[in-house]
Amino acid sequence: MTYLILFLEFFKVGLFALGGGLAALPFLQDLIVKYGWMTAAELLNMIAISESTPGAIGINTATFIGNNTAGITGGIIATAGLAAPSVIIITIIAHYFESFNQHPLVKSAFSGIRPAVAGLIASAAFELARGGIFDLNNLQFNNNLFQFFDYKSLLLLIIIFIAIRKFKQHPIIYIMAAALIGIIFKF
Amino acid sequence: MKKLLKIFLIFFKIGSFTFGGGYAMLPIIKRELVDNLGWIKENDIYNYYAIGQSTPGIIAVNTATMTGYSLSGVKGALAATSGFIMPSLIIITLIASFFKRFQQINLFQHAFAAIQVAVVALIIDIVIKMWQKSDKSKISLLIFILAFLLLVIFGLSPVFVILGSAAAGILIQYYRGNLQTAYHNYQKQNQESDK
Repeated sequence: MTYLILFLEFFKVGLFALGGGLAALPFLQDLIVKYGWMTAAELLNMIAISESTPGAIGINTATFIGNNTAGITGGIIATAGLAAPSVIIITIIAHYFESFNQHPLVKSAFSGIRPAVAGLIASAAFELARGGIFDLNNLQFNNNLFQFFDYKSLLLLIIIFIAIRKFKQHPIIYIMAAALIGIIFKF
Repeated sequence: MKKLLKIFLIFFKIGSFTFGGGYAMLPIIKRELVDNLGWIKENDIYNYYAIGQSTPGIIAVNTATMTGYSLSGVKGALAATSGFIMPSLIIITLIASFFKRFQQINLFQHAFAAIQVAVVALIIDIVIKMWQKSDKSKISLLIFILAFLLLVIFGLSPVFVILGSAAAGILIQYYRGNLQTAYHNYQKQNQESDK
């Protein structure tokens, strides 16, 4: 019974959460309150871990909650429930997309979407940098430009960026190198 | 079968190294599927990501499903999605078993803080490459800047940005007369293929 509830509830989250992992969080909060699966503090801990381990945040959190509620099988079922609507909806869209993507209207639409997606991705990088590399709040409170940047992170950003442009290695290399640097220099 | 296994393994690799939102998977997808295997065109990935952004569900899962489908139909979609999810399942299940101890290890936090910086660098690189691959027109630059500002300053939902830019794309092509020409050719092609 718990398995069925897990599957259905996470299916619902997957169906209605528009905009990725973080958009799913309010739904998850409602869920754990409704069923008393865990405390809000525990959920926050789980989200923090889900964010700092590989994989999509929503998927990680679903695995966590499922696992916490009904063991390893629970983790698998919650995750399957969360991913199922995506797989169904996207498969249907992909099916039609194959036959429509040569249509002039669709092609024109994508000529506008493409630069917007670049903007979208750039804004994701900006949001990520806002927390880790520079801090707007700090500037407002202190009016001190020297506290605006986290210099250690800024230096690392410049070094990694130059390395990416110069050596063109696999992205995984830079991620692993950064992990090592983070541990050694206590980021 | 061999292709499906390969799709599964590639997305397993992608899932193992995606830190953050769906955008974080793009540099690795591009490297594996565009640069190394040539299975997919670079612009297609960004189109799939745009679709993944504007449909319900986890963006990374949507993008994986969409990419997998384009490679090998429904089976490809399932192979890509299960491959992408698998590392999460394994890693989180392991952590959940040692949850109390994990909280005390800040090694992961140090590593993650620096990984975030690397992801920012990788994303900036991807955005530059997207620009180099684009038509480099003033109107594209305008859409790029507008989208960025609407998201960052006004906190607009990405869904609206994508829908708005789609409408803008159609209007611009119509205004330039490209849409009519393309439509004419498209109909002619279809008539020919019907014969």
